[in-house]
Amino acid sequence: MVFIANISLGSISIPTKAILDSFIGTQDNISWQHIIMDYRLPKAITAIIVGSGLGISGLLMQTLFRNPLAGPFVLGITSGASLGVAIVIMGASIFGGVLLGILASKWSIVIAATLGSFLVLLTVLIVSSKVRDTMAILIIGLMFASISAAAVNVLSYFSSAEELQQFFFWGFGSLGNLSWDEILVLAALYILGLLLSVISIKTLNSLLLGENYAKSLGINIKQSRLLIIIATSLLAGSITAFAGPIAFIGLAIPHITRQVFNTSNHKVLLPAVFLFGAIIILVCDSIAQLPNSEYTLPINAITSLIGAPIVIWLLVRKRKMMF
Amino acid sequence: MTKEEKHIVLKTENLTIGYSSKKEENIIASNINIELHKGELIGLIGANGIGKSTLLRTLTSVQSKLSGNIFINEKDLNTYTNLDLAKSLSLVLTESLPSKNFTVFELVALGRQPYTNWLGNLSESDIQIINKAIFQINIEDLKNKKCFELSDGQLQKVMIARALAQDTDLIILDEPTTHLDMYHKAYILKLLQQLAKDTKKTILFSSHEIDLAIQLCDKLVVMTEDNVVSDQPCNLISKGTFQNLFPKDLITFDENSGSFRVKK
Repeated sequence: MVFIANISLGSISIPTKAILDSFIGTQDNISWQHIIMDYRLPKAITAIIVGSGLGISGLLMQTLFRNPLAGPFVLGITSGASLGVAIVIMGASIFGGVLLGILASKWSIVIAATLGSFLVLLTVLIVSSKVRDTMAILIIGLMFASISAAAVNVLSYFSSAEELQQFFFWGFGSLGNLSWDEILVLAALYILGLLLSVISIKTLNSLLLGENYAKSLGINIKQSRLLIIIATSLLAGSITAFAGPIAFIGLAIPHITRQVFNTSNHKVLLPAVFLFGAIIILVCDSIAQLPNSEYTLPINAITSLIGAPIVIWLLVRKRKMMF
Repeated sequence: MTKEEKHIVLKTENLTIGYSSKKEENIIASNINIELHKGELIGLIGANGIGKSTLLRTLTSVQSKLSGNIFINEKDLNTYTNLDLAKSLSLVLTESLPSKNFTVFELVALGRQPYTNWLGNLSESDIQIINKAIFQINIEDLKNKKCFELSDGQLQKVMIARALAQDTDLIILDEPTTHLDMYHKAYILKLLQQLAKDTKKTILFSSHEIDLAIQLCDKLVVMTEDNVVSDQPCNLISKGTFQNLFPKDLITFDENSGSFRVKK
């Protein structure tokens, strides 16, 4: 329902029946057909992937690190991606104009973001394989995030206003502008990450007892930890590459779900986070469209504007944080 | 004694425990030879820092031994996979749980993880075993309560039920009586004695409750600076082992009452 409403709302309002007609190909109004199939439907599908994927990777990180403040980005994925994008957008003027030719293409940003997050993540993984303590991985991830943020700052300092603007626009996050080809690639990575998360459900539940208990229940800690980290990287990494750094969803959705369902059992939480993530981001996106107006607000602003009060309200109402 | 009761569940041969780094080996205790039989309740006692935790961590394969051999059910500990070990050995630790948002039933059910499928679904027989464990520990009234609502004593019982549901021959508990009042200390240890007798499981626990352990255990493992001895409590008393447990300047062991006295 939210899905249909999301497609229906935009600078031109399209009635529900017309949307269904478009899906089954009996739509007479060609411009509506075009708007829906080439613009709104891809955007709604992207939204679902982004919302559920970030929610689930947030849940994985919070359980793995047994820390309610963890989110999908504690492993340095976003900062790596933004470093990659910053180098492509702003580095060109510093490293000479050779790169300028490929800058225009959208894929170059996607590839830069992917490479950036992959490299930072790889470094975090290599360093963290040397430490036995899971908490140390958290700190290492945050440290690498700071390093990349610093590099981005240095780059910004030497950049022109236009380049800065372009970079900031990427930083707002965007669900639209994805072609069907791009969605296909994103969906493939997303489904792989989702499968790995489902395989990890049993491990995640035992991790709630702490690593020593999990180990005594026959869980191979190092191997499962790697599996969970790879799942998160696939989900959060691909989403950040295609939609930019979408804030807040990854941190907030697991909390909202835990408060509503009042359980820590991942067999319930995983599907519930999937649903909540998808629904909330569709709602946020519908609002960001500012229905019947020409303006579209940055999705990042809306997720935080709507999500933060929900989390605060739930915490105050229940007076107790569920974890 | 019948043959079944002589069955050796845990055995160590010339075991040396401690920590090793690239530079040097830090030996905590050596020449440890203990044999634990089926259905026995065994207390592990010794002063703070003597290496009780190190011994338990080594026996449970959390930490590697320096030398010697450990056999569980006559099979070398090194040859166990994580999963096989989980079916032979269950733990109750002192660390607090990161999440307490489970019901008691859910927490006990986690003990069945080594036996459940990849998704962790419980079968009919799993549910029966869980309910039986809850019944044996006498926590049926707590079954649907959340763990954060429980007192320390109740939570300790739930953790023991979880270990019981794991259905292993050997249960090892690390200081199960810390944070508990005198009544609950006695209650938990009495419960362990009952369990060892009824379920024929071998239960090893470390504790500072020497008086209680002397009264309730079938066997004690006593760690001192010089050696590690294991025997029945009355034999240990007559051998005077407890006299050497602590420095003699403050407390002495009274052999008649089987407890320690402060020097007046």
